[in-house]
Amino acid sequence: MLDKLQQLGASTIASIQGFGRAALMVFGALWGRPRFIKAWPLYMKQFYVVGVLSLLIIVVSGLFIGMVLALQGYTVLSKFGAEQMLGPLVALSLLRELGPVVTALLFAGRAGSALTAEIGLMKATEQLSGMEMMAVDPLRRVIAPRFWAGVVCMPLLALIFNAVGILGGHLVGVDWLGVDAGGYWSAMQANVDLNEDVLNGVIKSIVFAFVVTVIALHKGFDAVPTSEGISRATTQTVVTASLAVLGFDFVLTAVMFGG
Amino acid sequence: MGNTAAEPLVNIQNLTFRRGERVIYDDMSMQFSRGKVTAIMGPSGIGKTTLLRLIGGQLKPDSGHIWFDGVDIPTLGRNELYQARKKMSMLFQSGALFSDMSVFDNVAFPIREHTKLPEEIIRMMVLMKLEAVGLRGARDLMPAELSGGMARRAALARAIALDPQLIMYDEPFAGQDPISMGVIVRLIRSLNDALGLTSIVVSHDVNEVMSIADYVYVVAERRVIGHGTPEQLRAHESPLVQQFLQGLADGPVPFHFKAADYAGELMELKD
Repeated sequence: MLDKLQQLGASTIASIQGFGRAALMVFGALWGRPRFIKAWPLYMKQFYVVGVLSLLIIVVSGLFIGMVLALQGYTVLSKFGAEQMLGPLVALSLLRELGPVVTALLFAGRAGSALTAEIGLMKATEQLSGMEMMAVDPLRRVIAPRFWAGVVCMPLLALIFNAVGILGGHLVGVDWLGVDAGGYWSAMQANVDLNEDVLNGVIKSIVFAFVVTVIALHKGFDAVPTSEGISRATTQTVVTASLAVLGFDFVLTAVMFGG
Repeated sequence: MGNTAAEPLVNIQNLTFRRGERVIYDDMSMQFSRGKVTAIMGPSGIGKTTLLRLIGGQLKPDSGHIWFDGVDIPTLGRNELYQARKKMSMLFQSGALFSDMSVFDNVAFPIREHTKLPEEIIRMMVLMKLEAVGLRGARDLMPAELSGGMARRAALARAIALDPQLIMYDEPFAGQDPISMGVIVRLIRSLNDALGLTSIVVSHDVNEVMSIADYVYVVAERRVIGHGTPEQLRAHESPLVQQFLQGLADGPVPFHFKAADYAGELMELKD
């Protein structure tokens, strides 16, 4: 009994220390005069790796989720003769909920795990130590570009996801099931609010981007520098980031749309 | 802050360092003279690499001073520490080359980070450093395409890119074939003398170290157990030093890990 209690205490302390180290890492990476001009190629490379290379999975998933939404929504809506509401249904589901959340989950699996593994391996092969000994701060040089790449790219990816999803809904709803095209778009226009729906979705995805990116970078930077440690860190990134996204999503949804 | 040749470049005084409960170094002192190759030898697992990290300021000692060129490393703030690190460099056991850059870019990395020199001059500097380690022809290769010995030489070229005062070698001979071992032995000595460096070599390869070092410290059991020139050490009276230098399996350092009585354990009944 006492042992269990002790273990609980130890793991609580360990996770709080983890939060502290993550905060120190982000602080160290972002504090000080930014060097965007000198580091521009580094930033470009990370935007490419983290953002552009994630495009394919985001576009394909967005398309299919939009198509499925339209298909499922149609079967229910047509029972009430409300096929005209298919546009708002697809758009609101994507903008408010599915766009930010699914993008974040995919991003954690695609880009987050890669970030963790890359940084973990750099640590294991002493590249980070080597950098430090050459008087180059790895936080500024390695962590900062990846942080900004994640935080900037993910909201953009979520917007692309939404747009492609709405087109996918159009493809199934209008082109296949025969909903009126004008109705699809005009009902959407009438029912989607810029602040209430679009902006809140963007805020959500910015929060998720921050959470996923920081978890991925921290797990890599804090990884035990062995092959086992890195594999565990990569798994932890995906699991922790996904759970954190779902948790934050509930809180944000309650605050934004709950009242 | 005297810069006289007599004063050692690195002076470790009464250093104590603990990892958790375990004492790694207990009140240890060492001096590394300017322009010399000083070696630190000792059995594996006594924290030789830790010592280099302490000098580099990556770890902080529990007590004691580490003087480097007139500054006490453990007391420095972040910016001063980074300034001091520009005057030293370290050759890691793995080489620690950046795997996403070519050999050329690896060597150019510290120059590009710390100077605003035009690219033509950087190119010239990099080629000179690569020529010194015999890898000018390999400048466009990626680290993954290099053999272990070549990777270490490329890392050495990077370590001397900014002409440091101090260079620290972490197990430079480990895992090298006899030819690349010979090459690295020769490079350490010739770079030290040609560039006026001060070198610290951490190693347990007795013969190689004794052949190039001007001065040797043997470290075991948390402290220095013997030091002197290679000749003085060969005549050292401590049995521990002799066991290490001659590579005897049993001696003051026992062959067997601490265990219960052998016969008793064999006869013990399993329940």
